[in-house]
Order: sequence, then C-alpha cells, then structure tokens
Amino acid sequence: MLQVTYLIILLPLVGFAIQVVAGRRIGDPVAGWIATGFVAAAFAVTVGVFFDLLTLGGADRHYVQNLWTWIPVGGLQVHASLYVDPLSVTMLLFVTGISTLIHLYSIGYMKGDREFAKFFLYLNLFVASMVILVLGSNMLVTFVGWEGVGTCSYFLIAFWFTREEAASAGKKAFIYNRIGDVGFLAAIFLTFESTGTLEYQQVFADIPHMSGGTITAICLLLLVAVMGKSAQIPLFPWLADAMEGPTPVSALIHAATMVTAGVYLLCRVNPLLHASPDAAFTVACIGAATAFVAATIACAQQDIKKVLAYSTVSQLGYMFLAIGCGAYEAAIFLMVVHAFFKALLFLGSGSVIHGLHDEQDLKRMGNLRIYMPLTFFTFAVGWLAIAGIPPLSGFWAKGDVLDNAWAAHPALWVVGVVTAFLTAYYMSRLTGLAFFGKDRWNKAPIDPESTAARHAEHPNADGSLPEPHESKPIMTIPLIILAVLAAFAGVLATSNPHLSLDNWVAPVFTGTLYNDHEVSRTIWKLSTLDAIIAIIGVTVGLRLWIRRAERPTLESSFLQHSWYLNELYDLLIGRPGARLAQFSSTVIDARIIDGAVNGVAGLTRRSGSVVRRVQTGYVRNYALWIVVGVVAVFAFMLTRLWWG
Amino acid sequence: MNTAISGGIGGAWYLSLAAVLFAIGAFGLLIRRNVLVMFMCIELMLNAANLTFVTFANMLHDIGGQVLVFFVLVVAAAEVVVGLGIVVAIFRRRANATADDLHLMKG
Repeated sequence: MLQVTYLIILLPLVGFAIQVVAGRRIGDPVAGWIATGFVAAAFAVTVGVFFDLLTLGGADRHYVQNLWTWIPVGGLQVHASLYVDPLSVTMLLFVTGISTLIHLYSIGYMKGDREFAKFFLYLNLFVASMVILVLGSNMLVTFVGWEGVGTCSYFLIAFWFTREEAASAGKKAFIYNRIGDVGFLAAIFLTFESTGTLEYQQVFADIPHMSGGTITAICLLLLVAVMGKSAQIPLFPWLADAMEGPTPVSALIHAATMVTAGVYLLCRVNPLLHASPDAAFTVACIGAATAFVAATIACAQQDIKKVLAYSTVSQLGYMFLAIGCGAYEAAIFLMVVHAFFKALLFLGSGSVIHGLHDEQDLKRMGNLRIYMPLTFFTFAVGWLAIAGIPPLSGFWAKGDVLDNAWAAHPALWVVGVVTAFLTAYYMSRLTGLAFFGKDRWNKAPIDPESTAARHAEHPNADGSLPEPHESKPIMTIPLIILAVLAAFAGVLATSNPHLSLDNWVAPVFTGTLYNDHEVSRTIWKLSTLDAIIAIIGVTVGLRLWIRRAERPTLESSFLQHSWYLNELYDLLIGRPGARLAQFSSTVIDARIIDGAVNGVAGLTRRSGSVVRRVQTGYVRNYALWIVVGVVAVFAFMLTRLWWG
Repeated sequence: MNTAISGGIGGAWYLSLAAVLFAIGAFGLLIRRNVLVMFMCIELMLNAANLTFVTFANMLHDIGGQVLVFFVLVVAAAEVVVGLGIVVAIFRRRANATADDLHLMKG
C-alpha cells in the first residue's frame, strides 16, 4: 500500500471535483454520501499504509514517494514528494478517520441547507489540503497544504456569509492566519538560505553545520506560523469567532485537525527545536500561558461553542507546553485523544444546538439529559475525558504532559495543574448548565438581543423554544464511535509494545520522554494529584452550576470579554491602522498623489493656453516667421564669417 | 574661382539673379493675399533655388547640382498638383477667398 500513498490525497480531491462539477445537481443527501465515501476510502488507504509501515522494522519505518519534480531552478530543487513515517501516519489516521465520522454527521446536520453540496465540496477540499500538509516531505509542499487548510477554514467559517458575524469571522480567521504565514515563509527562506534545501531530512542532516542563532531564528519564525494556525497567544482570538461556522466545521477544523497542524509542524521539525533550547523554552512558555488564559476565559463564556473553542485553545496550549519540554510523544498523544474527545464534544454540542432549534446560549438550556439521553451520555464521556478523570483517555494524555512539564520546570507544571483544575471546572459548568438543573429552554429569553438568542430561528411567540428532541441516528452514531474512542484511547499509553503510541512514534523524535510512565514514585504522586485535582474541579463545577444558572461574580466581564484582548488589539493595531488608512486617504492620496497628477495636467493646460497664441491660422504669418528665421540664421552665419 | 560661362557673363550674375527672384517670391508671398498669386510666388522661389543649383553645378563642375534640380522639379510638380487641388476646392466653397480669410486652424 505504501506505493499508493498519493491516493490519500487524490481520493478527497476526486470527491471535491465531483462536487464542483455536479454537486448542485446531485443535491441533498446523495452529494453528502459521495463526499463521505471518498473520505472513507482515503481512511481505508491510510489504514493500509499503516499496516504496511508496521511490517517494516522500527528504525526503517519511513518511505518517500517522489511524485514529480516541482520546481527545478538551479540550486533549488523542490520535489512534490510525500513522506510517510509513524508521525505522519498517526496524524493521517485520525485526520481521515475523524473526517469520515464528521462527514457522516454533517449529512444529518446540514440537511435542508440551501448550499448542502457546497458544504461537502469545501469539506473534501479541506481533507485533501490537510493530507498534503501532513504528508509533505519538504517545507514547500507542507506550505501548500498549510495555505489550503487556511483557505478552506475561511470558506467554512464564512459558510453562512449572509450573516454579518459569519462573514467578518471568516475574514478575521484569514487575517490572523496570514500573519502566521509570514513567519512560515520567512522560515522557509531562512532555511533555504542556510542549508540550500527544503527537504526536512536533508535540513536535519545539515543541523551540525548551522549556527545556533540561525536554528533559533528558524524555530521562532515557525513558532509565529504555528501561533496563527494553532491559535496561541497572541494570535488566538480568531478561533472563538470561528465558531460562527456550522458546528461540524468547528469540530473538524477548529478542534480536531487543522488547529493541530501547528503542533504537527513543530513535531515534524523536532530536530531543529531540539537543537535550540531557547526556542523550545519559548514554545513551552507560550503554551503554558495560552493554556491558562484560554481556560480562564472558557469559565465565563455563555455560548456553548465558545466554551469549547476556548477549551480547544487551552488544550492546544498544553500540546505546545509538551513540545517545548521536548515531550513530542506526549504532545502527539494529547493531540490524538484531544481530537477524539473534542470532536465528540463539538458534535455533541451540535446535537444539542440542533435539538434546541439553533439555540446556543447555555443559560437557555438545562436538564437536557431527559430529552437527549444519547447525546448526554456520549457528551458526558467527552466531558469526563477532557476533565482528566481516570481511567478515560484525557487523564493519561494530560498526565504525560504534566509529568514532562514537572521534569522541565516546576513553574510550568504549576501553571499546567492550575489549568487542569480550570478545565475540569469549566467543562463541568458547561455540562451542568446544559444537561442538569431546571429546564430553561421554555422560558422567554432574558436578553432578547443576545447573540445566541438571535441565532435561534424558530422560537415560540414569547421567545421560548419548542421542546428539544434527540438527533437522528446519522448524527448519534458518530457520537457513539467517538465516545468509545475517547473513553478507551488511554490504552495507547500502556507500555505494551503493540499498543504503545510512544513506542510507535519514538523513532521520529530526537528527545526522549520523561520516565515514560514507568513505575516510579514521582509519577505515581503526580498522577494521583492530577486525578484529585480533576475530581475537585468536576465537583466544584457541578455543585456551583446545577443549582443556579446565574452567578455574576464567577462570570466577570473581564473574562467574558476574553481579557479584553480584542479591545486591546483594536486599540493597539486596529485604531492606529484605521488612522493610518485615513491619513493615507485624505493626505497622501488626495493631496500628494492626486496633487501630483492634477498638477501635471494643470501645468500642461496653462502652458498650452500660452503657447497656443503662436498658432494664428494665418498662412502669411507663418511665412513671415519662416523668413524671420532664415534671416536670423543668415545673420548669425554672417557674423561668424566676419568676426569669427 | 569664377570660371566664365558662355557669353562672358560671370556666375555671380546668375546668383544675383537667383537672389533677386527669391526675394521677389518671398516678398510676394508675404504681402499678397490672393492664394493663387501666393502660390506663384512659391514657384518663383523654388525656381530661384533651381537656378542657384545649376549655377553652382556649372561653377564647381559637379553634376550633382543639376541632378538635384530634377528632384526639385518633380517635387514642385507634385506640390502644384496638391496645392492647385486645394485652391480649387477652396474656390468651390467660397467665391472670393483670400488667404487671410482661411484661418480655421487658429489655435
């Protein structure tokens, strides 16, 4: 199967092409089934590639498929080639796998949408771009995928572009990503300048010849790139706004796959990061700060999807923390299980939103476990998994990250543990508000102008909502599959060589994992502490939020407005930018540029009006001037003759 | 070196004649308003120039001057065709036009 790796890209692209040509004619729901089929086929090929790779020995598990020479320009030889190794295959397995589930779910969720086929067109294109990103064996191929997923993300966030919020959220995501892309491009240039190649393996082979400063610079530029893509401080506010897209998009792109591209990229270039401790420490600090800040914000959000969005940012922060500590395996492990439980949580929230007729306000939910038992049960698995309750997968993954943070720097560990408590707390708050407590959906909205209230499309006359209903099987089946995965993915943390994820991806990485879950006293103590903190967080969250839905002291507007970061950016960048634009328009454009153009025209006109008098129209006048000219020339020649 | 031409008349005479003819032509062109007369004045100037060419060709024993006269004659003929055409066209439109009435090209 290794020889047909290109099929993993080609299949979703074929699906995309079919949707482009005939999507509108095929329509709802067959277009969705076709798209799902192609992604499922890509998943099947990935599984085949995975088993092929398994048959190879531990150190030989890599394969380069050279498709064609893309840019043959003198010293720059860029091949369109794919790199298959345990890291890329791990990423591919969950990208294509979860994509298949979310495609399936979308058939139910998007039913009746006017642009049903267009949605699947974008989804297929997204999967193809993501696979290119993952499989690229050099920075330029990765960059193609990187831009592809960014573009699809923009399309899908702004999918309901007739809504002002959705359109501007799409633009916001695009612009933040663009800032990151500048970093990526600069890193590519710098890499080529110092090594003469863009192939990852050749770059890594060149590391001993590179200066430390260059390596750090490349790593920091890549960090700028992944800050944008993976929504880290300071480039994270776009991810919360990205929730304007349809919920399956939030699950697929803005939780499970695309936002982890940054984590993947840093893991891909791990030899570079390993060679630059300064850059690695920066990554760890940014990760820890992001994890904490985003978790605090998630505690006060009212929109169910916003809570999950900030939770995603926070979990991505954990992954960066792990990478910064050199625990790439832990980052990958958390990335995989996060993909499971966060996709589950988003799809569950989508089911809730769907059941409540497009209501997203947590304060208008309550007691939904009675009405949506299957959604509640699967959501609960995701909730306990992300909270870190043993023995669900989140406990193991987060434990790995925290252990490594402890080994790297106690301060990072403290931030991580506080964040773990906050994670358990805000997820319990969400669950308590949505699934427990009193029914609030049948009350009139307190604030009829709230954003979430306006999302609701079919309220009753007094603004209350009709009775919620459980979703159809096509939406609940993916939930059940993801719940099983989220519950049992912890087995990947065992030391069994056939199941261990560490063991599988370890050959790719230069660093080694701290203690690796061996039976040591510290690890046991840390794990117990993690579990206790998770349980305390869950208890506090549930006890506070089941009984009452309004606790203004715990929802300070500082947190609700996400630390006023948007306002800060507006003040520091937006307003001066607007002023600069205003200045350019009124002064530079209107006065200087237009002035120059109009000045030239005016000068021509004025000189013309003077010179035109020469043109009298009388032939004899012209003849006179000719004669005068001739006489003058003669006179000049004569004077030269006589005195010269 | 004033080589004598047949009849003993020096080249300077011819040149003086040409200069006089040219001056008459130029002067006529400037003071007359009748288009046809102005046209004749131009012909006069051209032929004055031709006379100069021939004279110098003879004086300097260079056939080039006489060849050039043929060119001038051809150009003059062409000019007469175009010029008279224009003059006729003008007279068809307005009965009694002088050059000073034709100043449509005034800037």
